[in-house]
Amino acid sequence: MGKTVAEKIFESHVVDRPAEDVWVLRLDSVFCHEITTPTAILDLMERGKDRVFDPARIKAVIDHVTPAKDSKTALQGKVLRDWARRHGITDFFDIGRNGVCHVLFPEKGFIRPGYAVVMGDSHTCTAGAFGAFTPGVGTTDLAVAILKGVCAFRTPRTMKITLTGGLAPGVFAKDVILSVIGRIGMNGATHRIVEFDGPTVAGMDMEARMTLCNMTVEAGGTCGICYPDAVTADYLWEFIRGDYPSREAAAADFRRWLPDPDAAYEEVVVHDVSALEPVTTFGLKPDNVKPVREMEGTRIDQVFIGSCTNGRMSDLRSAASVLRGKKIHPLVRGIVCPTTYTIYAQALAEGLIQVFLDAGFCVTNPTCGPCLGMSTGVLAEGEVCASTSNRNFNGRMGRGGMVHLMSPATAAASAVAGRITNSPLFKR
Amino acid sequence: MKDFGGKVLFLNRADINTDEIIPAKYLTEIERQALKPYLLEDLKLEGFDPKRDIPGRRVVMAGANFGCGSSREHAPWALEANGIRLVIAESFARIFRQNMFNCGLLAVELPAETMARLFKEFSTRDTHAAADVSRNVIEFRSGKHAEEIPFTLADFDRALVDAGGWLGYADARY
Repeated sequence: MGKTVAEKIFESHVVDRPAEDVWVLRLDSVFCHEITTPTAILDLMERGKDRVFDPARIKAVIDHVTPAKDSKTALQGKVLRDWARRHGITDFFDIGRNGVCHVLFPEKGFIRPGYAVVMGDSHTCTAGAFGAFTPGVGTTDLAVAILKGVCAFRTPRTMKITLTGGLAPGVFAKDVILSVIGRIGMNGATHRIVEFDGPTVAGMDMEARMTLCNMTVEAGGTCGICYPDAVTADYLWEFIRGDYPSREAAAADFRRWLPDPDAAYEEVVVHDVSALEPVTTFGLKPDNVKPVREMEGTRIDQVFIGSCTNGRMSDLRSAASVLRGKKIHPLVRGIVCPTTYTIYAQALAEGLIQVFLDAGFCVTNPTCGPCLGMSTGVLAEGEVCASTSNRNFNGRMGRGGMVHLMSPATAAASAVAGRITNSPLFKR
Repeated sequence: MKDFGGKVLFLNRADINTDEIIPAKYLTEIERQALKPYLLEDLKLEGFDPKRDIPGRRVVMAGANFGCGSSREHAPWALEANGIRLVIAESFARIFRQNMFNCGLLAVELPAETMARLFKEFSTRDTHAAADVSRNVIEFRSGKHAEEIPFTLADFDRALVDAGGWLGYADARY
């Protein structure tokens, strides 16, 4: 019987089988941020186990609340910062060099096809775009990962989502993943790893693939996986050039992490995107998905462009192309958050930041803040936000606030209109 | 024997997410006990009032996909801070379920038909539920009415509960 990508990664990383269906995996890297890690650090200290399995394999960032907004968040940052210094964790990214973890760590080249990585954050699944197994975990799993470099998982069960068809202009990876979640439901991939394949994925750049994998968890999935190829090798090239004679050689080597042709899937969903139009969410669950057209006219108070889902260069470019020469609606607050300083600098060099400023947007530093209602963009009771982020749960961006998820182009067009509307980029 | 039982809080809804269980604004707390007053603060459920309904409850019963969304272990911590060490649901999101066992807490899945019957039978009455992990049964009791429902507990999950969680288990073994 052939193997899925996850089965190959599990077999190459297994260190123990404490039960028939439980695999303890050796981790290639452990990613950390200041919200879920400090409690793990304090737990380890309390047990007299303030150690790390390998400081070179631990990457840490302060990203959720940065700059600190109060004494409590300042303390969380300090606990992480002191710990990184104490243990010689040199890949530690503080304000001025930080960024949203799921964007920053791939950008720094900390991920490879075939890797097994965990982080105390559900959107760690984003990095599965590189052909890796990158599930989000809780703080106890994180503590063990930091101390021992291992994590336990059940025997991988995989579903395959085959994306076919070309995307219409103005339709993006965000629309694709929302439409998938709308179809399979927020419980549709629970306890399963999702392999995305098909010509539509093969034609996507890494940023789009990251958007796709990012929201796998919104369908309950353990992790999304895209097949590593020449696009993956191009993205990682500056970090792997010492390991391979050429990009082609790297891409050829990555084929180790493709599924076997006779791999067994629990379920295969073929999802044709050729007739897909821009979509948005309408309720308090990420599988409440409708065409933007049917939500046209919904009044909004705030627009947020950013997050690990849609705060990368391609997202800022598409939003800016909609906003160029326009002003946002006088009753709308616009917040745009480039998710790393590299992206910020690039957006500045391309003139995108000026476009946002001219349109009337507030441009913030890289942070997760608004997406989960922690800082820099919390909603008031009864307010509505058009957001490029990933969750529309009740209270997600602030108690009593309503969130509609959409692509950056749709969010930008909605900012100008003051209500949800399709972007002019969308052409049938 | 660890105690997994007490008065039941019935939350008859599917897809209760971890933002509802403990909103992100409280993730700035480093101490688990500090989460106690905020459990289920943002839960969208008709007739539910956390201040009135949570005190004294030791067991949560809920629908499918309980604990979906964010990986925050603050969700089980907020439950435990309120004395709730057993959650019974039709199904759980993966990370939440793992977090429960990693903390040495019990997450028990029962079939949809059983859950529907138990909700119908007990949710309008004061009900006590207790899991006996040595016999793999949960006893539901309300007034004179009592019944035992069997459940499955995988060996590895049982080992985590016995070890008081994954950190203790892994530290002794790896």
